[in-house]
Amino acid sequence: MYSTFPFLSIITFAPAVTAVILLLLPRDKTTLIKVLALIATGISLALAIVVFFAYDQSKALDPATQYQFQERVWWVYSLGISYHVGASGINLPMILLTGIVAFGGVMISWGITDRTREFFAFFLLLVAGVFGVFVSLDLFLLFFFYEFSIFPMYILIATWGSTRKEYAAMKLTLYILVGSIVALVGLLAVYFSANRQAMGLPPDQIGTFDLLSLMKGDIPIEVQRVWFLPVFLGFGVLAGIWPFHSWSPDGHVAAPTAVSMIHAGVLMKLGAYAALTVGVMVMPQAAREQLPFVILLVLVNVVYGASIAMTQRDFKYVIGFSSVSHMGLVTMGFATLNQVGLNGAVMQMFSHGVMTALFFTVVGLVYDRAHTRDIPSLGGMAKVLPAAAIAFVIGGLVSMGMPGLSGFVAELQIFLGVWQGPAGASYAWYPWIALISATGIVITAAYVLRVTWKVFFGEYDEHKWHEMRPANILDKTALTMFCAAMIVLGLYPPLMMNMIQAGTAPLVRLLGG
Amino acid sequence: MRYGGKSVDYTELNRGLLAVLPEILLLVLGFIVIGSDLFLGEARKRALGWLSMIGLIGALVVVGVQTAPLLGADADVRPALGNMVRVDLTVQLFRIMFGVAAALTCLISMDFKPLKQSGEFYGLVIFATLGMNMMAAANNIIMLYVALETTSITLYLLAGYLRESPRSSEAGMKYFLFGAFTSTILLYGLSLIYGFTGQTEYGAVVKALGALGPAGTPPTFVALVLVLVGFGFKVAAVPFHMWTPDVYEGAPTPITAFVSVASKAAGFAVLVRVFLLMFAPIQNQWVGLVAGLSLLTMTLGNVLAIPQRNLKRMLAYSSIAQAGYVLIGVAAVGELGVAAVLFYLAVYVLTNVAAFAVVEVVTNVMGTENLYEMAGLSRRSFGLALGMMLAMLSLGGVPPLAGFFAKFYIFQAAISNGLVWLAVAGVLNSIVALYYYLVVIRVIFVDPSKGEETPAAIPFTLRAGLVLCSVGILFLGVFVTPWYNLATRAAQTLINGL
Repeated sequence: MYSTFPFLSIITFAPAVTAVILLLLPRDKTTLIKVLALIATGISLALAIVVFFAYDQSKALDPATQYQFQERVWWVYSLGISYHVGASGINLPMILLTGIVAFGGVMISWGITDRTREFFAFFLLLVAGVFGVFVSLDLFLLFFFYEFSIFPMYILIATWGSTRKEYAAMKLTLYILVGSIVALVGLLAVYFSANRQAMGLPPDQIGTFDLLSLMKGDIPIEVQRVWFLPVFLGFGVLAGIWPFHSWSPDGHVAAPTAVSMIHAGVLMKLGAYAALTVGVMVMPQAAREQLPFVILLVLVNVVYGASIAMTQRDFKYVIGFSSVSHMGLVTMGFATLNQVGLNGAVMQMFSHGVMTALFFTVVGLVYDRAHTRDIPSLGGMAKVLPAAAIAFVIGGLVSMGMPGLSGFVAELQIFLGVWQGPAGASYAWYPWIALISATGIVITAAYVLRVTWKVFFGEYDEHKWHEMRPANILDKTALTMFCAAMIVLGLYPPLMMNMIQAGTAPLVRLLGG
Repeated sequence: MRYGGKSVDYTELNRGLLAVLPEILLLVLGFIVIGSDLFLGEARKRALGWLSMIGLIGALVVVGVQTAPLLGADADVRPALGNMVRVDLTVQLFRIMFGVAAALTCLISMDFKPLKQSGEFYGLVIFATLGMNMMAAANNIIMLYVALETTSITLYLLAGYLRESPRSSEAGMKYFLFGAFTSTILLYGLSLIYGFTGQTEYGAVVKALGALGPAGTPPTFVALVLVLVGFGFKVAAVPFHMWTPDVYEGAPTPITAFVSVASKAAGFAVLVRVFLLMFAPIQNQWVGLVAGLSLLTMTLGNVLAIPQRNLKRMLAYSSIAQAGYVLIGVAAVGELGVAAVLFYLAVYVLTNVAAFAVVEVVTNVMGTENLYEMAGLSRRSFGLALGMMLAMLSLGGVPPLAGFFAKFYIFQAAISNGLVWLAVAGVLNSIVALYYYLVVIRVIFVDPSKGEETPAAIPFTLRAGLVLCSVGILFLGVFVTPWYNLATRAAQTLINGL
């Protein structure tokens, strides 16, 4: 279904255009720059909400109307590359998530004083790249935005970061690039092997990168078998799949707060989303054969990530490793290959995105005041930062999967899905996976409680901490926004779940469930 | 009129002269520039740069006008001037690249401090361009060799142009010695081809080689290896790259830019024509060879670029690596491969000139070519830093810049021809490359330095050059279709045209 108003393009390009405008402004107009950045992300968020509620879920099961708000312009006609965007039940939650996190990110970056103009320009470019990936229905365009978002990330971390920032920025960039480029080769293999007749290609086109066409392209099973794993794991690098996760904690820790939020909150979902779109949707037969083995890798993510988080002294590393653990659950949800599991996985992407953004905001608030992130030396922060403490507790409960919050809705469905196993096939290890990964939840509870107690409720040393100013109104607004999203979705899941169900149902049918 | 016992066909002669009209104009322009040098005082010789640039743009307009009729399906691409030259769309695209590169070189030469402005300098640039145009248009191995030598000798002179600088003299000498050596090897290869086929015209050689079948014979293999050595030197492919870092470092920076883009593109112009056209019948003998050369070139170029501290040397190794990617397109044969090569080279011309223009400003302002002394450049001149960033990211292949599409087309061509391993090697290499490009960006934007609050003054000409290149890089990235369609059309006429 084509849209008369370019919602998705405006969502994507409002930040990009604003970034260019910012670079043209004089550098000392910092307030104007920040306000413009807030307006740009605000426009994207507002339109994301509009699109989310305007999506007609009743038409989602019909392939012709599954993707709504489409826009399409040819880019390189002879190669079948087009600017084609559209929204479905899977990417709409992601677009909304990006809007929320980006808007919050600008708010909590208000205190940036070092080269403010450049910071916000690169930040907005990053946000535009992320939106671009989520709205793309052309796989070349998706790849284009994917690569596009890596570079501002490098600059943001290397310039405004902390703790071994250059090492972390370079490591992250190279990891993600290697992964994405392996995936690109796989994508090209698919491009050349797709069936022209089945896709109805005109004779003057060599092939097509259009997702909707490629899904009809009958990719030969041999090609799928060879290239599914490279594509899935190639993008999976950004989702932090073990053993390709080691860039992630380093990167999260080194990044400035707003970038950590985007990074753990949204970028890791980018990896998972791209793996799902390019990997599973285009090569469903191979996905059915191979994902049951990938689940063994992500089991390591869930348990090992949580265990490592348990032993960290650095506040930010705890959150970094908890992301590795939680993102493992997302991929695990994909690997269930059934409706419940996939629903849980998409919900987890949203829930974890908001939760991590909240965590990094809190860590940033504490670090700005205490100038340390060493957990044993912190204590009693609830006295000076009560709002942050409350938010952290709520986030912690989401992380543990407490009923009544969004994390529970997501994780329960993932575990149900794993227990149930892939539709139409039986793999003996699925129930065991569910059992073992449940221990990850227990460990999560342990480290969240430990950190909460130590940092916020331990003893407050009057002599040690100076200039402990309270959180400002913007920080509080951002935290409230994150908490509200998690609580509302926890109390009334259908708000999001109906949408996700509308998105995953066609996918499950594709997987033969 | 009778000549050599035959009557002269004037229509045919006119057609031939029209085919080389841009070259005739360049020749005239070169003499005008050198001649007017005599009448201008020292202070006003800088005007010769503008004159050369405007003249080159004029020649480009002529090329543009000539290109229009070649776009049609029934374009007249018959050989002209006694089968010596053949002008088709591919040749025109190369002429445009050489012309743009030469015009930009003149533009950024005008404020290059160590260079004494003179008609001789600009004249040599124009004559080198003329030689390159003829290399692309040659349709006969003798014409090819003459054109190649015209280009090479002028470039040797230009590389050693800063007579007071020992490094420049060394560069000129080194370039000359290596060049002369490989040129004789090439000549030997060409003479072997003549010996085996009895022909010098490409079309006739193709027919003679066609009789041998796709596997060729051992002697043809020897001949094509010798030819490949000669061309490998021009495009700076490993293992014939030894001259590159020293020449790039020693030569005047605008000339380094010119050699690194135009001369390399000219090398590829002949490589594409000779291998994809003349040696097409014995394809099986060389595809593996070129693929191997490409792997070696990009890997060694990238690995050796990492430890470099001198910016010009780093860009030298980077340009070696870039030649490796283009060689993938040659090894991919077929239309997609040629189109990818044409697209890549156009992007590369703009990008590398931009990079060297920044190097020139930095050398002028900071008096150093050391990469790490560029720290804090973004605070001295944000525009300059932005220009360098665009150039580096485009070389690294980051979207939305043109370099991204260039690499993409190359890898796509490789995979369509079944060279998946080479495409994988290429993409892995581009990641290694991104490392050292990112280091440059990090130094410019992140590293602190002394005296970073003094703004850097950029002369107008360099500013203009940088803006033009940056706009080009962005334009080719966003509106890829026009140039890519031209390249595809050119590739079709080249592959099917004979």
